[in-house]
Amino acid sequence: MLFASYGFIAFISILFIVYYLIPKKHQWKLLLFASYVFYLFAGPKYILYIVFTTVSTYIISLRIDKLNQTQAQYLAKHKKDLSRADKREYRDMMKYRMRRWLVACLLLNFGILAVVKYSNFAIANLNAISRAFGGQGQLSFLNIALPMGISFYTFQTMGYIIDVFRGKYSPEKNIFKLALFVSFFPQLVQGPISRFDDLSKTLFKEHSFEHRSFSFGIQRIMWGYFKKLVIADRILVAVNTIIRDPEMYQGAFALVGMLFYAFQLYADFTGGIDITIGIAQVLGIEVQENFNRPYFSKSIAEYWRRWHITLGTWFKDYLFYPISVSKPMMRVFKFTRERFGGAIGRRIPVYISTITVWFVTGIWHGSSWNFIAWGLANCVVIIISQELEPFYAWFHSKFNVRNAFGFRLFQVVRTVLLMSSIRMFDCYRDVPTTFRMFGSMFTVFNYRELFGGVLLDLGLNMADYCILLIGLILLLGVSLAQRKGSVRSRLAQEPEPLRYAVYSFMFIMILIFGAYGVGYDSSQFIYNQF
Amino acid sequence: MNKKRIGLKIATICFLFITLWFLQKLMVPKYVTAIVEGSLIEEYYHEETDHDVVFIGDCEVYENISPITLWEKYGITSFIRGGAQQLIWQSYYLLEETLKYEKPKVVVFNVLAMKYDEPQKEAYNRLNLDGMKLSMEKIKAIKASMMDDENLIEYIFPLLRYHSRWSELTSEDFKYLFKKDKISHNGYYMRVDVEPVKSIPKGRKLSSYQFGERSYYYLDRMVELCKDNDIDLVLMKAPSIYPYWYDEWDEQMREYANKHDLMYINFLDLIDEVGIDFNVDTYDAGLHLNLSGAEKLAVYFGDILRKTYGLEDRRGDEELKKVWDEKVEFYYSMKEQQLRELEEYGYLKSLGVEKRE
Repeated sequence: MLFASYGFIAFISILFIVYYLIPKKHQWKLLLFASYVFYLFAGPKYILYIVFTTVSTYIISLRIDKLNQTQAQYLAKHKKDLSRADKREYRDMMKYRMRRWLVACLLLNFGILAVVKYSNFAIANLNAISRAFGGQGQLSFLNIALPMGISFYTFQTMGYIIDVFRGKYSPEKNIFKLALFVSFFPQLVQGPISRFDDLSKTLFKEHSFEHRSFSFGIQRIMWGYFKKLVIADRILVAVNTIIRDPEMYQGAFALVGMLFYAFQLYADFTGGIDITIGIAQVLGIEVQENFNRPYFSKSIAEYWRRWHITLGTWFKDYLFYPISVSKPMMRVFKFTRERFGGAIGRRIPVYISTITVWFVTGIWHGSSWNFIAWGLANCVVIIISQELEPFYAWFHSKFNVRNAFGFRLFQVVRTVLLMSSIRMFDCYRDVPTTFRMFGSMFTVFNYRELFGGVLLDLGLNMADYCILLIGLILLLGVSLAQRKGSVRSRLAQEPEPLRYAVYSFMFIMILIFGAYGVGYDSSQFIYNQF
Repeated sequence: MNKKRIGLKIATICFLFITLWFLQKLMVPKYVTAIVEGSLIEEYYHEETDHDVVFIGDCEVYENISPITLWEKYGITSFIRGGAQQLIWQSYYLLEETLKYEKPKVVVFNVLAMKYDEPQKEAYNRLNLDGMKLSMEKIKAIKASMMDDENLIEYIFPLLRYHSRWSELTSEDFKYLFKKDKISHNGYYMRVDVEPVKSIPKGRKLSSYQFGERSYYYLDRMVELCKDNDIDLVLMKAPSIYPYWYDEWDEQMREYANKHDLMYINFLDLIDEVGIDFNVDTYDAGLHLNLSGAEKLAVYFGDILRKTYGLEDRRGDEELKKVWDEKVEFYYSMKEQQLRELEEYGYLKSLGVEKRE
């Protein structure tokens, strides 16, 4: 069931009504039921995957908790009998046993993700290697479809088990509540990747109908649909025209495609997250924000702190830090410090962790070399900008432009262009084509053609461009307004006639100018595919 | 919540509904000067009197028989509930809906639709279904007709389907926002121009000549429906030489008619008897008859209907005559207008017909 479908709108409308009609103590049960119904629409067989992840995580989290309790009881009981060394030895032993359960859970669940998502990528690479060495035999591809949202719910659930292992919180004792945390339908397909201690605060609570959160939620849903249907799905036509024919659309067109894709992805992904957070808000549930106006970032590092925030923090907490402080990495640090001195020695372990994280981030987004190249390109830019820090410091000491509007604008534009060009890896069919198209922007000088009406040959007419422009101006305006706080809160203080006029206007805009229905290929949200 | 706030909310909701209603009116195609076929189904609801004969089917009924001639010649009242590429399940549900309004003595179904066992094209669905009033029959017809990418709700609220027309609106959309000109003559779409038949087609070989199960299912239901309502059902194949009507198909219809004791007339076998001359009686080289052809067929067919089913001459009914006199007047004025256009431009400009070289 796509978010941008009549079925989904009917589904959430019924849910909203029933949710506030039934006794409050059953609300979370209804959400679990609705989430599984939603999941069933993707195909009944896929439900086994999410059930397996839930059950395995539930059993293992309880097992880890039991070991934790045993440890606590044992240490309390033998507080006076045991020496400090004995206690440490006991703790290490218990930690080892808990870690074994944790590793088993991670291997099982990431193993499933790896098999369903990366098997065919691995087979394709093995076949290519075999061909390169003159091998005759070719492995057959597996016929496995990717279960909906598996990357998101696997990461969310594994984050949970790691937190339980770390003793951040106790595991959920009710398997059905855990099942709801894993499968909560609005965030199932494209995130955000929630933390249990955050989401559970409101997910299992009893909620009374509150006009403000209901109204804010509906507004957020509408804004999401506006971004998705009016902007993203409209511009999609031009993007597809350009990227599907790289021989024809080079130079200036590659640049246009690159910029259009940047707008499309932003409107698509943030639109989807707006719908997710809006639905949750209507239900009285708080879901973590996933974006903080990323296109206003002044550096790539800042951009990644503001784009897909929950994925970034997941990698930071569960991959980057554990790798950075792991024993092997400590040994690397010791070795490089002794070999190359403090300055370089400190950097190498950090860079190894950074490269690992970006490699995984890349492959998480998709099982292709394009995404690996995309991840590593981000990594390279971040490392280069870190290495250039002394230069930046020198520059700012010489030129007092740090707070100048022009310089800040330059930084923002530079970041957007850098990110957009790296994202070209998402668009084109393979890495060499991406490099070729990127290069063509500097070698094929057909920029004049852009002013000769050829933009109208990309599948959009003048009216579409006008709507697109209005949509983008509105998007920019709202983003700018958000810097001063919640737009919805400020709107709520305006006179009612004005508010209702704004709501009606938005609704009609979506209804009339949305790219949906017969004749439009209203696409899935891009992040559904991850 | 005070009264003022409640009032404001109600006013907003009303305003929104009125705006949406207005936008829907504006966005839906008007079918007045282009693709006028989209108006045919709707015109039935303006009828003031009942009918002796109701024709259902595709373009082979609404372009090949003149109800006005049936009236003028035999005093038979009739209406054609035809639509472009009307599928048999659409014909069936249209008939079901028609029977809610009246009980004709005879229903004539054109059997070309038997060749389609599956929904064909959204555009044709729209021409047949958009004009129907909202009813259970309409919903059933929609559900039977939808293509994979279509959605029931887009038929019930056409704004959801036609919202993208905002950039294609023409003066016609504003002019006919609330009132449309009458297009047909009791469902008959008049064309006076001529394009002679140049060659007689040969049917290409088919992998199977058997009509589909779904087609037979709805034909059976149609037979049942007519039987239950004491209506005589006639199966006809209009004298259109395109699309090709295979002997194997003809045989199946004959057998079916015999089995169910129905009249089946294949007018392709009666071209000479009807008096059709494909040099002058068709406007598109044999696909459809023009006015002259449609009048000839009405004369011939009307005589059969009259004699076989004992249809009375109702021209003596004063009230009926008054209604039909208006129709006749409109018929001849349109005929005259089209002839004038032909003389002036050489083609039917008002119907958006392209000039023939």
